[in-house]
Amino acid sequence: MGEHHGPDKGIKRWLYTTNHKDIGTLYLCFSLAMFFLGGILAMVIRAELMYPGLQVVDPDFFNQMTTCHGLVMVFGAIMPAFVGLANWMIPMMIGAPDMALPRMNNWSFWLLPVAFSILTSSIIMSTLGFGQAPNFGWTFYAPLSTTYAPASTDFFIVSVHLMGISSIMGAINVVVTIFNLRAPGMTLMKMPLFVWTWLITAFLLIAVMPVLAGAVTMMLTDRHFGTSFFDAAGGGDPVLFQHIFWFFGHPEVYIMILPSFGVVSAIIPTFSRKPLFGYASMVYATASIALLSFVVWAHHMFTTGLPLAGALFFMYMTMLISIPTGVKVFNWVATMWRGSMTFEVPMKFALAFVILFTIGGFSGLMLAMTPIDYQYHETYFVVAHFHYVLVSGAAFGIFAGVYYWLPKWTGVMYNEKLANAHFWCSTIFVNLLFFPMHFVGLAGMPRRIPDYSWQFADFNWWISIGGFGFGLSQLLLLAVVIQAGRGKGKKVSDEVWEGAEKWGLEWTVPSPAPYHTFSTPPVIK
Amino acid sequence: MAEKATTYYVPHSSPWPIFASIALGTLVLGLVHFIQQNTSAVDNDGSLGGLMFLVGVAGMITVLSLWWRDTITESLANMNSAQMDVSYRMGMMWFIFSEVMFFAAFFGALFYVRNLAVPWLAGEGSNEMTNALLWPEFEASWPLLMTPGGDTTQAMGPWGLPLINTIILITSSVTCTFAHHAVVAGDRAKQVRWLGITLILGYAFLVLQGYEYKHAYQDLGLTLDAGIYGSTFFMLTGFHGLHVTMGATMLTVMYFRSRKGHLTPDNHFAFEAAAWYWHFVDVVWVFLFIFVYWL
Repeated sequence: MGEHHGPDKGIKRWLYTTNHKDIGTLYLCFSLAMFFLGGILAMVIRAELMYPGLQVVDPDFFNQMTTCHGLVMVFGAIMPAFVGLANWMIPMMIGAPDMALPRMNNWSFWLLPVAFSILTSSIIMSTLGFGQAPNFGWTFYAPLSTTYAPASTDFFIVSVHLMGISSIMGAINVVVTIFNLRAPGMTLMKMPLFVWTWLITAFLLIAVMPVLAGAVTMMLTDRHFGTSFFDAAGGGDPVLFQHIFWFFGHPEVYIMILPSFGVVSAIIPTFSRKPLFGYASMVYATASIALLSFVVWAHHMFTTGLPLAGALFFMYMTMLISIPTGVKVFNWVATMWRGSMTFEVPMKFALAFVILFTIGGFSGLMLAMTPIDYQYHETYFVVAHFHYVLVSGAAFGIFAGVYYWLPKWTGVMYNEKLANAHFWCSTIFVNLLFFPMHFVGLAGMPRRIPDYSWQFADFNWWISIGGFGFGLSQLLLLAVVIQAGRGKGKKVSDEVWEGAEKWGLEWTVPSPAPYHTFSTPPVIK
Repeated sequence: MAEKATTYYVPHSSPWPIFASIALGTLVLGLVHFIQQNTSAVDNDGSLGGLMFLVGVAGMITVLSLWWRDTITESLANMNSAQMDVSYRMGMMWFIFSEVMFFAAFFGALFYVRNLAVPWLAGEGSNEMTNALLWPEFEASWPLLMTPGGDTTQAMGPWGLPLINTIILITSSVTCTFAHHAVVAGDRAKQVRWLGITLILGYAFLVLQGYEYKHAYQDLGLTLDAGIYGSTFFMLTGFHGLHVTMGATMLTVMYFRSRKGHLTPDNHFAFEAAAWYWHFVDVVWVFLFIFVYWL
């Protein structure tokens, strides 16, 4: 075997690769494609909701759009983007030669296009008039997903199985890489916070993706083999589905935010030129959030008629999460305090993340209170809440990370004009899109319904404008990434950002990072 | 043989992962078509689902065999450093943890229906009107022998076949450990013998489990569609049986590799992985015996 083999030629490089950087690139490109697909579905939703009444699509198709938008964005855009960042950065950050299990790494990726071809084909077929795509909401509650669901549901079930297998293998790879492949001297408490947050995320993935697999398997047998898991006539309970789903689902929402915490914790020190404030407390806060995520799931189900003791328990546990989350936000602010700050695009996105994610966190605190949730449940307030944490939270974290590391990946600085335009358009439109949703939600506009009362008309028009604006702004991101990917731009130095060298190993290797980084591990002092 | 490698071996590139993805995709698509074509819930008029499923299965077996042939070749050529051995071990442990969580979903469902859903349907707590308005005749019991909808079944007793199966599986875990000791001691004759005995016990368990299912369906009326008792019974024991089959397959491979002398005292990760997996299905069975058959 050659010690320093370069990449294969042509398409085989991408199909057969075992290189963490190639696989990271594949994940990120796939995620970008899914981001646009999910975005197109969202545009259909906003087009229908721009005016009251039914004008663009029929209600059945609208249901399929909300369902598939959620599924594509959660499983196709956000999660693979994080795995892409992990693949690229974790080995470089801990001084490892590659991911621990390189062939399995490739398999984790290539299961995703298979899974999403299955899901996407049901959307395409529905658009062409053959049957219906999944239409029961991204949470696929029984009996909507069992007794009343279209034939495509079974294909959806197996595509979830494939995504699950992919996620579990990807997560195992991350955990093993971090535990076993750290360079000498890289103790756990010296690891960059991005590595820490991913380690904890990977643990959550391994713990809950199998539970999701169990849930969809029970759906399958209820649909076809006469089992009664979610059927009260047979002694089961539809609410059981919600318990199992949210036991997966709540850790899942932290899976979609923790790596962004890590990205932001890397960026803010660099551009404040100060070490991260409270590193150890950041680690403990992340771990606390992860552990608490296992005991809060029923706060999604307050209106199902939980026993009082259950509702109280889940309410208090949920509110407890605001403490470690608050620790993080205050640490980021304290890191910036009296720093010599500059505002490059990654920093702009990181700052927007801190502010907008905190807004989403506050609305989450409101939703955590059981009696108040009775009012807010299933309204646009909930939609506003989780889009603040997932779009201006998770997605902004990904944008920030991409801008931060793109020069390291490609060797050239991104086009700053376009990147700044992308930031400002995204930030303005994302608020126009989601902020008014709080108002219409508090006023009682239900989510997942293609029509609404006249009094919500003005706000919804603005929301749709925000939606189209945000969607189109992402073309700027595409342009930036393509330009940088083709090597067009100013060449950058190894440390890329002034003084970045002391913040992480990734800034000590050449830009662009060579195909193999640490064949012999560096020694960390 | 060469000395053990000291650098971390990163394989160059491999066609197997992407072919495995294609094969697995074919397998699941075939499975869905096959299920839809043979049940009545949705319209699917074709008949090729079963064939597609079999093509997928054959594809998976082929690709995984080739993939593992590569890893065995590398292992025999001593390309795996000690550090890589640790990676494999950690990977297997976390994989088993994910399997534990898979079973946790079904055990969670079992505990939920036993302790909450079924009593609630019978009016416990604040659910008096649920019972009075929906199924006033319904009374809670576990095993649930009559569902709210009126389906009836008989319960599977624990002290016949299930007890025998418990003894068989626990014994097989012990014999597997004897084989492990023989591997560590480098005693090939012994490891082959104990592995062989483990395999016989494992396959005996599967045969008896099949016999028990036949008994359940034919004599007890205990079927998948006999209400939540049957649902949880077959889901838990069925997935356990599937995992025993996988474990037994791994051990079968180990049996032949051990006869070829592949397992040496300082290079036998594959055997340990299979053994851990075997202990895992054994522990799951103990929980099954207690919570599904006995209590």
